[in-house]
Amino acid sequence: MPAKSHVQTTINGESIEFLCEPRQSLLECLRDIVGLTGSKEGCNDGNCGACTVVLDGRIVPSCLVLGVEAEGQQITTIEAVAAGSHLHPIQQAFLEDAALQCGICTPGFIVAAKALLDKESNPSEERIRLWLANNLCRCTGYDKIIRAVRHAATKMQQEQT
Amino acid sequence: MKWFNYTRPKTLQEAVGLMAEHGERARPLAGGTDLLVQMRVDRRQPDWVIDVKDVPELNELRLDAQSGLTLGAAVPCYAIYENTEVTRIYPALNDVASLIGGTQIQGRASIGGNLCNAAPSADAIPALIAMGVQCRIAGSSGDRQVAVEDFCTAPGQNVLQPRELLVSLHFPPPAANSGAHYLRFIPRNEMDIAVAGVGVSVVLENGNFQSAKIALASVAPTPLFVNEAGEALAGQAVTAENIQKAAQIAKDAARPITDMRGTIAYRKHLCEVLTRRALNVAIERARHSVQEES
Amino acid sequence: MSQPDYEPNVVLSTTEFDVVGTRPIRHDGADKVTGRALYGADFTMAGLIHGAILRSPHAHARIKSIDTSKAEALAGVKAVVTAQDLADPGDQTVDLGEGVTRLAYILANVLARDKVLYKGHAIAGVAATSLHVAEEAAQLIEVDYELLSPVLTAPAAMEADAPLLHENMKGKELGEEADRPSNVADHFRHSLGDIDKGFAEADLVVEREYNTASVHQGYIEPHNATVLWNNDGRVLIWCSTQGSFVVRDTTACILGIPQSQVKVTPMEIGGGFGGKIPVYLEPVAALLSKKTGKPVKILMSRQDVFESSGPTPGSHMKVKMGVTNDGKITAAQAYLAYEAGAYPGAMVVPGAMCVFAAYDIENVVVDGYDVVVNKPSTAAYRAPGATNAAFATETVVDEIIEKLGIDPLEFRLKNAAKEGTRRADGPKYPRIGCVEVLEAMKNHPHYKAPIEGPNRGRGVSIGFWFNVGMQSSCNISVNANGTVNLVEGSTDIGGTRAAVAMQAAEVLGLAAEDVQPTVVDTDSVGYTAVTGGSRVAFATGLAAYEAAQDVKRQMIERAARIWEADAENIEFRKGVFHHNNGSSDQMTFSELAEQLGSTGGPVIGRAAVNPPGVGGSFAGVITDVEVDPETGKVTILRFTSVQDAGKAIHPSYVEGQMQGGSVQGIGWALNEEYFMSDDGVMENSSWLDYRMPTSLDLPMIDTVIVEVPNPGHPFGARGVGEASIIPPPAALANAIYRAAGVRMNRLPMNPGAVMQAVWDEQDN
Repeated sequence: MPAKSHVQTTINGESIEFLCEPRQSLLECLRDIVGLTGSKEGCNDGNCGACTVVLDGRIVPSCLVLGVEAEGQQITTIEAVAAGSHLHPIQQAFLEDAALQCGICTPGFIVAAKALLDKESNPSEERIRLWLANNLCRCTGYDKIIRAVRHAATKMQQEQT
Repeated sequence: MKWFNYTRPKTLQEAVGLMAEHGERARPLAGGTDLLVQMRVDRRQPDWVIDVKDVPELNELRLDAQSGLTLGAAVPCYAIYENTEVTRIYPALNDVASLIGGTQIQGRASIGGNLCNAAPSADAIPALIAMGVQCRIAGSSGDRQVAVEDFCTAPGQNVLQPRELLVSLHFPPPAANSGAHYLRFIPRNEMDIAVAGVGVSVVLENGNFQSAKIALASVAPTPLFVNEAGEALAGQAVTAENIQKAAQIAKDAARPITDMRGTIAYRKHLCEVLTRRALNVAIERARHSVQEES
Repeated sequence: MSQPDYEPNVVLSTTEFDVVGTRPIRHDGADKVTGRALYGADFTMAGLIHGAILRSPHAHARIKSIDTSKAEALAGVKAVVTAQDLADPGDQTVDLGEGVTRLAYILANVLARDKVLYKGHAIAGVAATSLHVAEEAAQLIEVDYELLSPVLTAPAAMEADAPLLHENMKGKELGEEADRPSNVADHFRHSLGDIDKGFAEADLVVEREYNTASVHQGYIEPHNATVLWNNDGRVLIWCSTQGSFVVRDTTACILGIPQSQVKVTPMEIGGGFGGKIPVYLEPVAALLSKKTGKPVKILMSRQDVFESSGPTPGSHMKVKMGVTNDGKITAAQAYLAYEAGAYPGAMVVPGAMCVFAAYDIENVVVDGYDVVVNKPSTAAYRAPGATNAAFATETVVDEIIEKLGIDPLEFRLKNAAKEGTRRADGPKYPRIGCVEVLEAMKNHPHYKAPIEGPNRGRGVSIGFWFNVGMQSSCNISVNANGTVNLVEGSTDIGGTRAAVAMQAAEVLGLAAEDVQPTVVDTDSVGYTAVTGGSRVAFATGLAAYEAAQDVKRQMIERAARIWEADAENIEFRKGVFHHNNGSSDQMTFSELAEQLGSTGGPVIGRAAVNPPGVGGSFAGVITDVEVDPETGKVTILRFTSVQDAGKAIHPSYVEGQMQGGSVQGIGWALNEEYFMSDDGVMENSSWLDYRMPTSLDLPMIDTVIVEVPNPGHPFGARGVGEASIIPPPAALANAIYRAAGVRMNRLPMNPGAVMQAVWDEQDN
């Protein structure tokens, strides 16, 4: 079997090195090699968004990125959304608004929703629904997730003023 | 997934050299949203995956008043729709860039990849055909140009030879008083494959169609350029009746199959409905472009 | 978000408590919003190796031989197992909590023995140093098949000359063994009154025929299992399951070892909806672990989940109903043929219980058929069987209503089931909330709002789920600072830890956050049945209530010891112990807790229950749609779900169940289906093509929680997890009729199907 590839990358602000096979996805590398299991595998074909991470400033399905593609990139995962012991307003809103049930899709939704609120401070319901359409949730019917994102947006705006 | 070798060339010359060296055993990787899925189900099994995202020519997104838009084959969808100049001048390109997949997929997927994947249902291709886009293809023996409507040859097959690489897409500057639109029909509102899709462009002149182009998705083994539908509009007045005639021609030209996405009758019917609706949007856009310039 | 002109998500509360009925933050919440919660696939341990399963490419074939030599020779492969590694169970039968079934069926679904009965049927397991090597090795296993014709629908499988899945299976025909083998595992009948007399009394009779496609529960987390067959002979399992004890007992049974030798640690579970009750991977991983001496982890892919776990049955149904001109139902008859998939057990029994459950009808006949077909063995899915049946009944009712010119809710109120109504399958209703749900629908601003504009229509529907009780256990330990730790065995899929803990908190006068609930392994708590049947908040909640009462009794004894008083003279109110002897002696719960060490040692309350007082739940839907007349596409403009919760323990999570069930019902109604090729291959086995609703396909889902207390529960709680999925397909069909003029008799009602119905209507 050929040698594994060496990857030097930045994950959640930390410089990380790992060895992987080229066929291993970034999701596999994060979960099985780096030990960050917060990103979840729901479909392995980009349709559910449970594995969403931020790669080079964009949210992407980490199942459709090869681990070797992470070389030299900046990656942010669900594990870095909270600031130390302080939950991010989106995380807090998900708890207060009961926007999760089983919780398996929650990391992907939170990473995706944060990317939206980082860009747009006051997205409409329709805008949130469109932005999050690459994230499947089977438990909530999305209602409480949409409310939580709106709620977080309001809180974040209040915090800024 | 089978073991493969991964390499990430920095120049076009290097990339073309790798493609030449590995030939049929190589596959270029841009966003990977089709390729990795196909490799996982063993539909494609390259020994070499050549990541082209560091090749400058494949990442170009350049507007030029004379020559139009150059879109590198690996430019992800979001880079298109976040460029307000590009979306203003090429709203139909914005249409497809913002409806392929969803937000995360659009962070990776490229228009060039959508074209190379050559799915009959590819959303980008009818719009590119309607916009008169040319493909720049590089090979070890030099470059060649192919019109988008000639690019796909069969489901999943295209004109690229084993040692060639799609470099970029070239959009002519839109004519005055022109408008284009891509409209697809999907059962959901996002994250879905077109049951049928229609890309159209029109150029208006004194209340008449000067010219028009109409192309269809998901109703033939390859994206279907229905030249006769556009020609039927040339020189005709912009009326509901003439639009309906073109829609009927598109419907007649469609030769879909019955599968899990729809029946033959339903898909042909959708071609008529979508052509009519897409033309109306393109006409509005053309009229808007008139107002903009006056 | 669009602001309605009224307050959304109301709770029509009838009783108030201190903790029950409030909305605390769930105890497991922080871990789940930070990615720290550990689900089955997240589990790892030293020396772990990976397993993969070889699955059948054919829907129906005889296995002539299996050659595993090439797989075994691949570098990195540690072991290969097939059904030959399991003892032949012969005719043995077992009851693993869901009724008596043949052990051979359970085994053969885990690893096929002599036949494969669906595409995706597991044949062999491989363990290797990496997942990719295991997957490559599985493809190197050579299986020689004799191909057989597949049968894919109930009507086809019931034909006299249909190919037989189980050549020797003589089903039951009205309780007796049938005289020859067939694909019908069971035909049963419920009857009430005199059906002929009932139809004779009717002024109007409507009879319609329906077909619904197989659909999947669609949980986001694929099945997973890690198993270590330890050197001491114990089998240790970490997995995502709705029932850790079912996994324990089934695995022990399949492996032929005592239950005490198996320990199941339930990891966090990423959805189930009934689909994570059956056991698929655990016995295979156990066999691989036994052969290698290493822990083995197996994960399903999404395609595996679609093709190889249990969807819920497709069905072929007929419903006939007779009414008088003034709107009284005189008779109702149903024919329900459900597709069990490869092995008997279609959810037709509960379907038959629920088909007319919302109505008080004197003359009823229900025939149910459990039919095996060459599709994956079906599993429960949220109110299993009831959604199919209600689609048929509630659209027939709508047609009757239209013909009689009566208001849809008035008709249902006139015929509504009440306390004392007898259902055709036997039971007489205790206190139920059918009328109250219908009244709440009638009074809702949505029902009163006009519906305007072309191609728009409103539909209503109602559904019933009986819910279950079953066994639950709970222990509560009192800490010295007055907080308590609660230990339970119900895996928490949607916030039940909080709902269970809140019931203990209510008894002990504590805040919800002072009760710390943990779901533990099968060694650490008494037997607890599956998280299913909407039973956890009710039955495990009752166990927590009883365990808290046990704590309270023991704490009163301690107070009595301290005060040298009679326990009868000590009262516990709002978290404080009072001595009723005229003195001012009193102690808070935490003051007393501090003294436990010096007054006899720790206090541990415990309870084990199997409660009889189950309260069934009714749910209703009001929905407005717009149908694009040129494409047949349905857009949901407004959706209101109304349900009787008895008492909502944690209203936010009750609303969540209603909204989630509603949206699953919407997906089932409009787009989801197993699209099968003629040779039995599911052609849309990915989420791209299976089309579950995305956030962009839906409006806000408004809820009304109705509270008709269940006398069988101390706080009046009824199970709420399931009923909300039942009404949406019929409500949408009825709305589509009002919007587009076509009666849909088939699920899904996808755009192509609606358009075809419009064309068919125009041709007539």
